[in-house]
Amino acid sequence: MNVTQILFWLLSALTVFSALVVITRKNPVYSVLWLIITFISISGHYILLNAQFLAVVNVIVYAGAIMVLFLFVIMLMNLNADAEPQKNKWLQFAGVIAGGCLALVIIAALKNVDAKARIAETGSDIGLIENLGKVLFTQYVLPFEISSVLFLSAMVGAVVIGKKN
Amino acid sequence: MDVLLLQAVKSVATADVNSSINYLPIVLQLLVAIGIVVLMMTGTHLLGPKRKTEDKLKNFESGIDAVGNARQPMAIKYFLVAILFVLFDVEVIFFYPYAVNFRALGWEGFLAVLGFVGFFLVGFIYIIKKGALSWED
Repeated sequence: MNVTQILFWLLSALTVFSALVVITRKNPVYSVLWLIITFISISGHYILLNAQFLAVVNVIVYAGAIMVLFLFVIMLMNLNADAEPQKNKWLQFAGVIAGGCLALVIIAALKNVDAKARIAETGSDIGLIENLGKVLFTQYVLPFEISSVLFLSAMVGAVVIGKKN
Repeated sequence: MDVLLLQAVKSVATADVNSSINYLPIVLQLLVAIGIVVLMMTGTHLLGPKRKTEDKLKNFESGIDAVGNARQPMAIKYFLVAILFVLFDVEVIFFYPYAVNFRALGWEGFLAVLGFVGFFLVGFIYIIKKGALSWED
């Protein structure tokens, strides 16, 4: 095993472990903090794949900004002990069934995938910021412009929902 | 390459700046930061005296007595400011790949970015006109 493989397995174990901790914590604030660790370890995977721009954006936007939004959402809710939602046995049962079905579908879909053909080229330079910028501003300039319209609609939506009048 | 002395970057810089190995100093810095925090926390926990009186265990709120409950819903204004921050944050991130290729892209790339920023400017004017960032109603 070389260094990359060791790092890959370490990061994978950390990702899966922290993701499991996210869904098992009772306190949602702890869940968010563990989700930050999940995101950072996924960023580590991006760096191993030489997709550095994606790694940096993942840390800045997801681990930084989106997590703040998650915390705000949690703080908007009422978290007092007496306001805990009632645990419904049937609801939990239905959740297990639904999650199990999803897992079954994913496993069935991934079983037939030819993994060898899908392996990412770790040595390629396609994820570097310079190459990404060249492609983004020449070949994919139209989607880039359209994404700004998406941002505009997000702004309008946030203001309309969040502002009283 | 001397990993421990953090001199990997200097020797590699001329050959290949963009390989993943150059993130090693960042990882080391992260480990040192986490290590210091863990060391401090466990050190104070093990070495410090523990006198558990009622006053010592009370939540510290800048010296005044604790008032009310911390678990109450907070104003949605904070959320609005935060979500608008995220949108402009993403806008700035798109400047990064442009700035790296600034010369190579020329006027065409400049116009593309100008259109992108123009849409954001429209959104910004909308936000200001709507008074979404003014704190007092």
